[in-house]
Amino acid sequence: MNELLKCTELTKSYGNVLALNKIDLTIEPGKVIGILGPNGSGKTTLIKLINGLLTPTSGSILVNGMTPGIETKKIVSYLPDNNFLMPWMTAEQIVELFCDFYEDFRPELAYEMLDRLGVPKNMRLKNLSKGNKEKVCLILIMSRNALLYVLDEPIAAVDPATRDYVISTIINNYNPDASVLISTHLISDIESVLDEAIFINRGHIMLHKTVDEIREEKGMSVDALFREVFKW
Amino acid sequence: MNWTLDKSRPICPQICELVCVAIANGEFSAGEKLFSVREIALLAGVNPNTVQKSFEELERRGVIHSVRCSGWYVNENIEAASSEVSALRMKKTQEYLAVMSQLGCQTDEIIRYINECQGGKQ
Repeated sequence: MNELLKCTELTKSYGNVLALNKIDLTIEPGKVIGILGPNGSGKTTLIKLINGLLTPTSGSILVNGMTPGIETKKIVSYLPDNNFLMPWMTAEQIVELFCDFYEDFRPELAYEMLDRLGVPKNMRLKNLSKGNKEKVCLILIMSRNALLYVLDEPIAAVDPATRDYVISTIINNYNPDASVLISTHLISDIESVLDEAIFINRGHIMLHKTVDEIREEKGMSVDALFREVFKW
Repeated sequence: MNWTLDKSRPICPQICELVCVAIANGEFSAGEKLFSVREIALLAGVNPNTVQKSFEELERRGVIHSVRCSGWYVNENIEAASSEVSALRMKKTQEYLAVMSQLGCQTDEIIRYINECQGGKQ
């Protein structure tokens, strides 16, 4: 079986703060995986390493067999946790920009989703509400035909009905060759669509199991387990 | 069909139960084509892999079968689905009895409550 993502003893430190400590992680194609952990546990660090925005302090990370770089950016669709779009552009202009940027971008899909979710196409982004801005970002990322989708906190600001739409978009977009990696705190909203859950805490992977295994063994939902494991 | 799932239990057996119930209720008749894996995934809001796994499990139990390049069909003999549903009925009854005995009810009292509820409805 080929591996979409393989981390071996992956370590990242910021000065003397150890953000990730010798992580071993393998992700296969055709899965939807949740990266779950409390604030400051290393989720975003891992995601930035996958996208080549950070370089490992030691250990290795391979995306589809390659070190993160120009070639891996063609196959990874990444939604950062902060706003990455120019505020003076309209949704329509950004769709055109993405068309030029990515070979695998499907503009018809992006326009369809913008219409469906009622996002105004001709308004400048800075004038859109927080939730609508988030929808634009998410639509752009899901409109690519990538092998690995990496979504960092994708649904924090959108309303519950839109969350359901996002989840059905992920299901609809399902492709046995591609995987989706989602980091989020809204576990109960997304857990039914997950194959696997990764619990990460203080730079360590505490648990990496299929969600049905978790429910079977613990007799509780992933959300309930998270609340129990990370109780203060 | 109602696709509400209990998130504290594994999803896979729940999908199996729902499909068996739908067959036993006649929502899908013998030999009929089922919804596709993706359709059920969207209806229930779950991962297509989970639905695929459930269908494979149901095939193993002799409830449904797959036809190459076409999809999933209910078996001509729906005996297996009916017996799954009987087992489920038994399990639910046991659960109910356990709850009632925790509330301090003996079997004859439980029967009285059931009769009362039935009478109230009519």
